[in-house]
Amino acid sequence: MIIGIPTESALGEKRVAIAPETIPRIIGLGFEVQIQSGAGEAAGFTDDEYLAGGATVAGSKETLWDTSDIIVKIRAPEQASSDQASAEIALLNDGKTLICLIGPGQNPFLLELLSNAGVTTLAMDAVPRISRAQKLDTLSSMANIAGYRAVIEAANHFGRFFTGQITAAGKIPPAKVLVIGAGVAGLAAIGAASAMGAIVRAFDTRPEAKEQVESMGAEFLMLDFDEDGSGQGGYAKIMSEEFIAAEMQLFADQAREVDIIITTALIPGKPAPKLIVAATARSMKTGSVIVDLAAEQGGNCELTRPGEAALIDGITVIGYTDLPSRMAAQSSLLYGNNVTHLLTDLCPKKDGQINVDMDDEVIRGMTVVKDAKITWPPPPPRLSAAPKTPPASVAEPSTNLKGTPKKSSAPTLIALASVVGLILGLGVVAPPSFMGHFTVFVLAIFVGWQVVWNVTPALHTPLMSVTNAISGIIVIGALLQMGSDSRIVMFLAALALLVASVNVFGGFWVTQRMLRMFRRES
Amino acid sequence: MSSGIISAAYIAASILFILSLGGLSNQESAQRGNLFGIAGMALAIGATLIGSTPVSYALIIALMAVGGAAGGFAAARVEMTAMPQLVAMLHSFVGLAAVLVGFASYLDPAGHFVGAEKTIHDVEIFIGILIGAITLTGSVAAFGKLQGILTSRPVLIPGRHILNLAVATACAWLGYCFVGADSINGGIWPLLAMTILALIFGIHMVLAIGGADMPVVISMLNSYSGWAAAATGFMLANDLLIVTGALVGSSGAILSYIMCRAMNRRFISVILGGFGTPKASSGAGTIETDGETVAVSASETAELLTSAKTVVIVPGYGMAVAHAQHLVSELVDALKTRGVAARFAIHPVAGRMPGHMNVLLAEAKVSYDSVLEMDEINGDFPTTDVVLVIGANDIVNPAAQEVPDSPIAGMPVLEVWKAATTIVLKRSMATGYAGVDNPLFYRENTRMLFGDAKQSISEVLSAL
Repeated sequence: MIIGIPTESALGEKRVAIAPETIPRIIGLGFEVQIQSGAGEAAGFTDDEYLAGGATVAGSKETLWDTSDIIVKIRAPEQASSDQASAEIALLNDGKTLICLIGPGQNPFLLELLSNAGVTTLAMDAVPRISRAQKLDTLSSMANIAGYRAVIEAANHFGRFFTGQITAAGKIPPAKVLVIGAGVAGLAAIGAASAMGAIVRAFDTRPEAKEQVESMGAEFLMLDFDEDGSGQGGYAKIMSEEFIAAEMQLFADQAREVDIIITTALIPGKPAPKLIVAATARSMKTGSVIVDLAAEQGGNCELTRPGEAALIDGITVIGYTDLPSRMAAQSSLLYGNNVTHLLTDLCPKKDGQINVDMDDEVIRGMTVVKDAKITWPPPPPRLSAAPKTPPASVAEPSTNLKGTPKKSSAPTLIALASVVGLILGLGVVAPPSFMGHFTVFVLAIFVGWQVVWNVTPALHTPLMSVTNAISGIIVIGALLQMGSDSRIVMFLAALALLVASVNVFGGFWVTQRMLRMFRRES
Repeated sequence: MSSGIISAAYIAASILFILSLGGLSNQESAQRGNLFGIAGMALAIGATLIGSTPVSYALIIALMAVGGAAGGFAAARVEMTAMPQLVAMLHSFVGLAAVLVGFASYLDPAGHFVGAEKTIHDVEIFIGILIGAITLTGSVAAFGKLQGILTSRPVLIPGRHILNLAVATACAWLGYCFVGADSINGGIWPLLAMTILALIFGIHMVLAIGGADMPVVISMLNSYSGWAAAATGFMLANDLLIVTGALVGSSGAILSYIMCRAMNRRFISVILGGFGTPKASSGAGTIETDGETVAVSASETAELLTSAKTVVIVPGYGMAVAHAQHLVSELVDALKTRGVAARFAIHPVAGRMPGHMNVLLAEAKVSYDSVLEMDEINGDFPTTDVVLVIGANDIVNPAAQEVPDSPIAGMPVLEVWKAATTIVLKRSMATGYAGVDNPLFYRENTRMLFGDAKQSISEVLSAL
């Protein structure tokens, strides 16, 4: 089947669905790939690079849309154009497959159009939130880029260093960054900001985010409030009013201290919560920056103007909604990788044919139109990815498992007593000469026990070979018997001498050989 | 020469042997420790030769030269991956020598004991030969398993516990007959019969134990060889043999204990064999392994490694099988020149004998201070960027901590899943020795690099 990659028609969209680097992997699945001439230009990829990857170039938009079986793009197809006949939606017809971002919840009309046209449609933004599907989760990929870019934009508008420095000219304090919402974007922002040297604090309503936040090098701000904000599918849910009040107070306090606020709070299917009220934003120091990653859903900050960077009373409020597109090369590469993973799942036989298998949970979830029917929304996911509740309950038994079950001291005492009893019993019947040897034996075991516990585990193999060698001491026995008059005794002793000698020499030799190998870098 | 001087020499030799084991407490003093051992042995043999009146010094020297040459040859040629086999072989020689010396002692007309002394001497001979014979065939069977001559799967004869019990009872009865016999001719038959039973028992015992339990088996046989030497010392009334045997015996016992603890298993259940065979079939299927594995290529692995700050490598038996230790060492050097901090994490039962991995890495010229024990490194995994698991499975299985009814529940494991990314080098998706599926492979942050370990690492190296 032929996969077509058109030029993105949306205004200001710089990304392209597939980067040239990814083309050979798709061709490896048995597909042919064609690209609309100039599709990668805005992202910095030339047609020649695509050709080098094995793709063909279609001269015009119409040719590409007409000759491709599968259209892979980023934005949903345009529904209206100056020339209605060349609107993307009109170029799609029965039997074609479309893979792109759809926003199925927000665009019921588009789904209607697609199902009327009989276009099998897979929405890249409807990937189920299960572990297996992470490799094709475009929202995560794009959120990661947005989080990173948010820090870059903030740095661009913040007139100071991020990292603290002590220079000849004076001391510069590090910038303080507050990240609200520790999802993929939030964590990426934390990582980027702390890598640049800022002091980063983060807040999230889901308690399980604490560990992740701390692992990225930020401080997790705790609310003294007992409420879990984990909703289905690893997203946050709406919190109680008391919680929100406490949270707003925290932000108001923090705003006076920090230089940069990056907000990433989203609740699926709801407008973004207003976390930074106008008063809080205005209480920040002049020159401070707010980056609102929720701008597209209305913004977390009351001052946000979606799509713009606005200077309001000395505070820059950035509400760009196209952060991934501002890093078009990177986003195109990641988006293309996500699509390639999807194609791999769709084409398990690597024969260039796709099979939209509705029994596969991931493919089922992403398919919004099939056989001219709207198949959205999918049945609810069976598994939740992020909030793994079992570990909490399992943790308890596992600590008990770590050690052997608690022993009472009684068996040890009984064992000790029986050993003492045995020795006493032996003392009653055995002759004194035996008891002398027995004393030596018991003492030697104790010495051995003390000495061997000190041996470092790294040298356990040499320990075994050296004990091999010294247990060759049995040659002494053989040597003593070699003086016997009996031929058979002599013969047995000679044989014992022979094999024990192998031990003595072999054991010491190999030990020495091994020990010479242990070295330390000088 | 007076017996006093010989005793003094024996005392000195005992002390030298103790110092020899003590020297192994760290790498700096280890070589000196081995030299103490050699000196002790030379002293003991020299004093014995001078003190006794053998028929022919020439014969003795010739025999020792032949045996020594054979031992030296094997020691100089053995590959480090084959160390467990060599050690098993050497154990069997101690066992054989103990059996031979025991028979010689019984048949020696010079030894005349009466009353309680005779009884004790007979018991000593009987026990010495018993332990020696079990050590002999047990070690040979272990050698066969390690060398791949025998299957490394547990060989389970139906009714084996009853069989073992019958053998033990028979041995006890034969012992009673032997001690009660009043002439050599009357005693030799029970002794021979017991020897044969013990030889069979030794094979049977080790056959029932699976490949990955070999560290326990080898340590246990190490211990037995010591007790055999000590029993010989009792029958010959020789304190040096007793001391040395006791040292070796307790050393092997400690190693067995450490190995068992590292698997969270009881010694007795290891020895009785058949790990996981009946139990695992019910337990193995219950681990929920949702999701799928994500495979990576060698070049992606190389990228992950070079972009990391800290890397930990976890080697297992698979590395030894593939002889990949030299390439792994090269990989670590290559990473270090790129400023990546690379270290090794060793699980106590990784490989087929205690300390096996350490020796392989030492052979590959890995600095020993970058090779860490499980307890030293487990706390560092959360701050590690990439973990490379080479040919290990059960020792990195999170089910040991998370699935209470797993067959390996409670076994201490290397917590590699706490690192940012874990790359597992593996031939296929087969389960490890314990037959337990490994949820690690299905974790989100785990990547699988399929293929032969040596091949994969050389590809990663060339991709660097």
